[in-house]
Amino acid sequence: MNSNGTPKKKFIFTDSGRMEKILSQYPDKRSATLPLLHLAQTQKGFITGAIINAVAQHTETHPAEVMDCVSFYTMFFSRPQGTNKLQVCQTLSCSLNGADDFVDHITQKYGTKPGETTSDGKFTLLKVECLGSCGTAPVIQINNDYHEGLSINELDKLLDSIP
Amino acid sequence: MSDFEPVLTEHIHQKDCHTLSFYKSVGGYTALEKVLKMNPAEVTEEVKDSNLRGRGGAGFPAGIKWGFIPKDTDKPKYLINNADESEPGTFKDRLLMNKVPHQMLEGMIIAAYAIGCQTSFIYIRGEFYKEFKMLEMAVDEAYESNLLGQNILGSNYNLDVVIHRGAGAYICGEETGLIESLEGKRGWPRIKPPFPAIEGYLQSPTIVNNVETLSCIPHIITRGASWFKSIGPEKGPGPRLFCISGRVNNPGVFEEPMGIALKDLIFERAGGIPDGKKLKAVFPGGSSSAILTAEEALDVNMDFDELVEKKTMLGSAGVIVMDETVDMVQACLNIARFYAHESCGQCTPCREGTAWLVKMLTRLVNGGGTPKDIDMIFEITDNIGGLIDFSKGSFGKTICPFGEAVAWPVRSFVEKFKDEFLAYLPKEKIVV
Repeated sequence: MNSNGTPKKKFIFTDSGRMEKILSQYPDKRSATLPLLHLAQTQKGFITGAIINAVAQHTETHPAEVMDCVSFYTMFFSRPQGTNKLQVCQTLSCSLNGADDFVDHITQKYGTKPGETTSDGKFTLLKVECLGSCGTAPVIQINNDYHEGLSINELDKLLDSIP
Repeated sequence: MSDFEPVLTEHIHQKDCHTLSFYKSVGGYTALEKVLKMNPAEVTEEVKDSNLRGRGGAGFPAGIKWGFIPKDTDKPKYLINNADESEPGTFKDRLLMNKVPHQMLEGMIIAAYAIGCQTSFIYIRGEFYKEFKMLEMAVDEAYESNLLGQNILGSNYNLDVVIHRGAGAYICGEETGLIESLEGKRGWPRIKPPFPAIEGYLQSPTIVNNVETLSCIPHIITRGASWFKSIGPEKGPGPRLFCISGRVNNPGVFEEPMGIALKDLIFERAGGIPDGKKLKAVFPGGSSSAILTAEEALDVNMDFDELVEKKTMLGSAGVIVMDETVDMVQACLNIARFYAHESCGQCTPCREGTAWLVKMLTRLVNGGGTPKDIDMIFEITDNIGGLIDFSKGSFGKTICPFGEAVAWPVRSFVEKFKDEFLAYLPKEKIVV
């Protein structure tokens, strides 16, 4: 953003059909805030100031109200992330079943601590709270996909298979 | 109880059980056909009669909740299906959405019809992307077959279903936090009253029901309230999905009658504890419930009222098993950290208290604890949640029950395993 709060570039939803559909589904516009942020993040990879302004415009709210959501919800990122977000669940059932070793293993393998991205931008390691998959612990979510009940060896193979 | 047959999960192992054609082939949507010929008030009465209690955690009777919707209002009415399953140890709604999404959808349509709702929402947690796609497919199928949309199955009833993804916030499972989130705000729970049935989404009457609760509805309509009441304890009856995780041989979701003995769940259904280790402690109903010691756990039935008598709760029926190898201080810290991370920050006792619990427990684990810490942990939990009696519905010091949800388990860890906490104190600091 510029010093006066106006982004240099406007954000345009490339999937305008999807955007219109989202807006039309709700009885009021503001309810479309979260789905529009999801859509924008899928397009751009993270939430920029221009996205916040665009969403505010479409939902007829103030950018500060959109920013409020971006900062509150853990799935929205204000900074660029690696192509593959390695999200390791660290809550009790996963922790009791070896999730802590996952974090250590990934840290060792790529030299990234939780919250960091590899220098080639391929992976970001994140520790996350309960993913609702406790029966198949430990669980790692890579981008949208759950990988459940893996051993360290299987995790290793899975990571190596990511192009 | 041995003659119990699964109802909600009867078909989950069959091929294509998620499709509309399969669901219809096993009698799906016949309950809806029946309901559309009934008066909405009759539907609510049937559900009230069944004593179906909410499966999300609070255990509030679903039919009574529906009955709170004002009759004399011009405002639109909304139904929200709470699919924000986030309670640690709970993974049953995910199974229902993946395997039998139409069962839940049929329950939704029936519930919406009963309360006079024409726009309903499924609020699904953002991380459940595969389940979101599954629901999209199921909803599309339902529209194509006139199970949703205008003049459903030739009646004069119209209903739309919108699937709404959350974005990673445990607190949005709390119904008013969920409503705020749906409105495009941060998920800060609201002060009650007014309850959502009077003023919910966009200040209109709103009912929020859990996925499993709604999945029970078609079966209640088809088989009748008396059938439902005949399963398990009469005051909290029905089939129930128990999730078992942690240190067990065969973790998973098990559909059993309400009131099953916890020891049967752990040692029979979930195959007991690996490597012949001994049971140490159990969360009976998700991480927000107070833990039970092995002795207590072996002597309790999974019934709403019995667990309240034992000063814990059935909650979301997420059973987390800890064996003798588990360090209770570390486990307590893990849970405290979860709540500190998920506190929405609205109420001071919870926002500050959860952070202090984590700081103190971390210090204790790292060898920097002092003898005063144990009492201080009790003081903090009392400040966040107080000594709350769920049976009287007395909620304490925060706007939503999150305060109790952290105070209860943390306090129970320290009370029941005090020796382990004391053992972390540096030797020279123990003053006799």
